[in-house]
Amino acid sequence: MTTPVSIVTGYLGSGKTTLIAELLAHPALGETAVIVNELGEVGIDHHIVSKIDERTVLLASGCLCCTLRGDLADELRALLDRRDAGEVPPFRRVVVETTGLADPTPIVSTLVNEPLLRHHVSLDAVIATVDAMHGLRGPESLKQAAIADVLVVTKTDLADGAPVVAELNRLNPTAEVVEASNGVTEASRLFDRASRAPDVVAARDDQSQAEVHVHDGDVGAAVLAFDEPLDWLGLGVWLTMLLHARGEDVLRVKGFVDVGADGPLLLNAVQHVVHPPLHLDAWPDDDRRSRLVFIGRGLDAEALRASLMAFAGR
Amino acid sequence: MCALCGVLRNEHWADEGGGRRARVIRTALLERVLARFGLGVREWAGQYVVSDGKGRSEVADDLASLWAAAERLAGRPLDPLDAGLVEALAP
Repeated sequence: MTTPVSIVTGYLGSGKTTLIAELLAHPALGETAVIVNELGEVGIDHHIVSKIDERTVLLASGCLCCTLRGDLADELRALLDRRDAGEVPPFRRVVVETTGLADPTPIVSTLVNEPLLRHHVSLDAVIATVDAMHGLRGPESLKQAAIADVLVVTKTDLADGAPVVAELNRLNPTAEVVEASNGVTEASRLFDRASRAPDVVAARDDQSQAEVHVHDGDVGAAVLAFDEPLDWLGLGVWLTMLLHARGEDVLRVKGFVDVGADGPLLLNAVQHVVHPPLHLDAWPDDDRRSRLVFIGRGLDAEALRASLMAFAGR
Repeated sequence: MCALCGVLRNEHWADEGGGRRARVIRTALLERVLARFGLGVREWAGQYVVSDGKGRSEVADDLASLWAAAERLAGRPLDPLDAGLVEALAP
């Protein structure tokens, strides 16, 4: 049984700490350990709060997104060891708060790839806060939103959240967008997501053909749907080649793949970091098509489609 | 555990499952792709051996490291969106 880990990211002043503090006060979220970069702000007594100093390990073959955060791995292992030894109160989940300018990808990479850690923890979700007053701000904020599983539009008590919600839906159609007023939102929509049916792509994707929503500069989402099953071996060859060649530009790949089995295969990648694909027993809805969402810079949906079909068409 | 180097080898997601037959099919597709870049590939003991026309070769543990090896041997990026490659592979 792995311990779920949620990453809470978001630009400076976008309300991460307020959100975490509010969520931790929620009765349903007891037994949570929090790892923060700055101590003192999330001061919730009955939760375990520890501080980490950033120390990154760049793999010999890696780019920045494939770095392992040695500090985080050490901290997580120490927390799990202390829990197992009864030195700290038991906890069922871990929340990791990033700094405002942080790229969360190395944290995702650490959770998915670190050999001593990955059998003990699982990534529950990347949660990104975006301030309703300012929206997305700069490349860091854009990337945080692009790779998020849940987007929390904060400060809706101060500004209308609708324009930012619409902007985020265009940028990241795979994410669930929720609103928070004064840090208050539905905790159940943010945590323990792994135990729920992954229905987000299905809920959002009503496009039958490729479509690119151009956002800030050249970043956008391409949604591809395929009527015929795809060959899994060909898809694996194609995706590894694509992420090697264009991993800096492909920020996110997520979707269901019809490989000819009863249920789809759930694919989820953040830059070069690919989660182990998950075979689902059944489709979450009546739509049995493969549906893949690509979020990145300079994406050409038709070129992606033609290339994928050449590798994995049957 | 790898008997040769004595370290734990984590199977790459794209190489998982399917057994011998899957490896043969995957390697056949890789041959077609890499031929476009003047390279060859064969499977050996669960690894890939990528080679060029000058007799140089590299061994890759999995698909992720195969592309890095192929790029070094080819001396240029290997882009799956390359129009010529797509045309050559299209059914």
